[in-house]
Amino acid sequence: MRKISVICLLTILCLMPGYSAFAEALISGAGATFPYPLYSKRAYEYNRKTGLKLNYQSIGSGGGIQQIKSRTVDFGASDMPLADAVDAGLVQFPMAIGGVVPVVNLQGVHPGELRLTPDALAGIYLGKIVKWNDRKIAEANPGLKLPDDAITVVHRSDGSGTTWIFANYLDKVSAAWHEKAGVGTSVNWPVGVGGKGNEGVATFVKRIKNSIGYVEYVYAVQNKLTHARLRNRAGEFVEPSMDTFTAAAKGADWKGTKGFGVVLTDQPGKAAWPVSGATFILIPAEPKDCDNAKTALAFFDWAYKSGAEMARSLNYVPMPKDVYEVMEDAWASGVKCGGKPAWKR
Amino acid sequence: MPFLDRHKADKIGDALFKGVSFFFAVSVIVLSCLLFAVLLWEAIPALRAFGLRFLYTSAWDPVRSVFGALPAIYGTVVSSIIAVVIAVPISLGIAIFLTELSPAWLCGPAGMAIELLAAIPSIIYGMWGLFVFAPLLASRVEPFIIERLGFIPIFRGAPLGIGMLPAGFILAIMIIPFISSVARDVFRMTPPMLKESGYAVGATRWEVIRRIVMPFTKSGLFGAVILGLGRALGETMAVTFLIGNSYGMSAGLLNPATSISATLANEFTEAVDAVHISSLVALGLILFVITFIVLAGAKLLIKRFSLAGGGRA
Repeated sequence: MRKISVICLLTILCLMPGYSAFAEALISGAGATFPYPLYSKRAYEYNRKTGLKLNYQSIGSGGGIQQIKSRTVDFGASDMPLADAVDAGLVQFPMAIGGVVPVVNLQGVHPGELRLTPDALAGIYLGKIVKWNDRKIAEANPGLKLPDDAITVVHRSDGSGTTWIFANYLDKVSAAWHEKAGVGTSVNWPVGVGGKGNEGVATFVKRIKNSIGYVEYVYAVQNKLTHARLRNRAGEFVEPSMDTFTAAAKGADWKGTKGFGVVLTDQPGKAAWPVSGATFILIPAEPKDCDNAKTALAFFDWAYKSGAEMARSLNYVPMPKDVYEVMEDAWASGVKCGGKPAWKR
Repeated sequence: MPFLDRHKADKIGDALFKGVSFFFAVSVIVLSCLLFAVLLWEAIPALRAFGLRFLYTSAWDPVRSVFGALPAIYGTVVSSIIAVVIAVPISLGIAIFLTELSPAWLCGPAGMAIELLAAIPSIIYGMWGLFVFAPLLASRVEPFIIERLGFIPIFRGAPLGIGMLPAGFILAIMIIPFISSVARDVFRMTPPMLKESGYAVGATRWEVIRRIVMPFTKSGLFGAVILGLGRALGETMAVTFLIGNSYGMSAGLLNPATSISATLANEFTEAVDAVHISSLVALGLILFVITFIVLAGAKLLIKRFSLAGGGRA
């Protein structure tokens, strides 16, 4: 009997630290996986500075939206703008900008050498262009020797904000895509193999010869994948980079878009990367727990003002000053605690 | 007095023990019934929207909210069958070797190794399959299969290293420890007297195994296979890594496919639309029913086996 009680006690003691770590986490958030490295890095730095603990679970954009709608977390995060954010009683604002990059595995083709037109990319993902030496690809690549081999298309198998941005782009540039697949976090892929997560797609593209996939820019850089150039709306073949993502965000009309749900795909501008997107934070307009809401806003304010360098070091584009000032104005007018604004600039 | 007290306490203890164990036993039944009820309840929106068509249509379009389960069911069943077809002969070979042929010093370590294999988490098999096994298949095994066996339609396709056949391979590796360790245990249960009698009348080792050990352990062996099949049907992570996650059906076993568990693992986190979620739950319900049918069918068959076996013995 004594033995059992000792074991019980030990078990409880072992579980204690885990429990108390939970109790200390003040602010809880859940959602998109794409900005997870950024949020956790910022949370870590903020914790060192202020002692505030922030617990962010990267469960996916869909999960984040559901959790914030049922108010089980202090904030949600999503890679796709929520169209009905305002109606759902949520305030939405962008936290960082990133890009989705087509990557290929072609022998003898170096990063940035392959040029793809919107038509060619859509054709490949629709299964209409099946060989690499297809006229539609070759026309844009006069100097490149493309093999007479079948293209293996790689896409995401799980629902994802990355897919949403990519599908949104294809939907804008191709009527056939709009008709056949449409826009969503997961779509009815006409062709291809599905990899789980950005790392799954990266692995498949690395391994399967003559394949093409799409990943977040960060993963293309980390895995040293061969990216392609894309022709943007201005007719230029641009390279994916922090500069071209920023260029895509430049022309965006944040103020004029309801709930700041700006979609950054196929933007005008000579230098704009056409498959760019912002990642968003969602907070309740009338939070239940006002202290938490205020603390969370203070954290986001710090992240906007002091977290820019951190973002760049992790290959995310931080929000420019004129954009985050618009957002902070929106907090002041949008987030209310017992009728009073929860945030003052 | 103290004796009586103790007697009384024992009685209370007995009653308590009986009650508690009864409660646990019943709670298992209640749990599975509740599980079924909840799955059914949550699946109703999908079943209402698509009816029986859900079972035999093959569209899976989250954008337009049109769902059909056929490719997932097909993938689950076919990958599991491939796994069992590969795993059963190998497992029987292992079990026969360990019980009848192996030198004594090898028995212990080999048995232990098999049990260790069974304890490896499936995500490890998945990662190993994706990073080690799939490249090997893509560069050596599949080109060979396509070249030599390509005249059979099921062996046509591109050597990707991921698809229905690779998923079946990895499942086979995962269920071999289960089938072989159970088979080894049931082989051991063959009474030595029966075997000795076989040898006494001049039977060879093969004849003893074939005519005495195998028939005697028939129902146990069948149970072992069903255990493996049950595990293969529901296996998720390793399959998700290797099956290719392409929602469609093709006769080619080298082509990417999908399974019920892989679809669930892929889509549950990001499903927002009510019909989408409900369709995923309906997939779970189908898996539940398939597993139930397999187990119930196995129980019936085993019963018949043991009746027939009893008659002959």
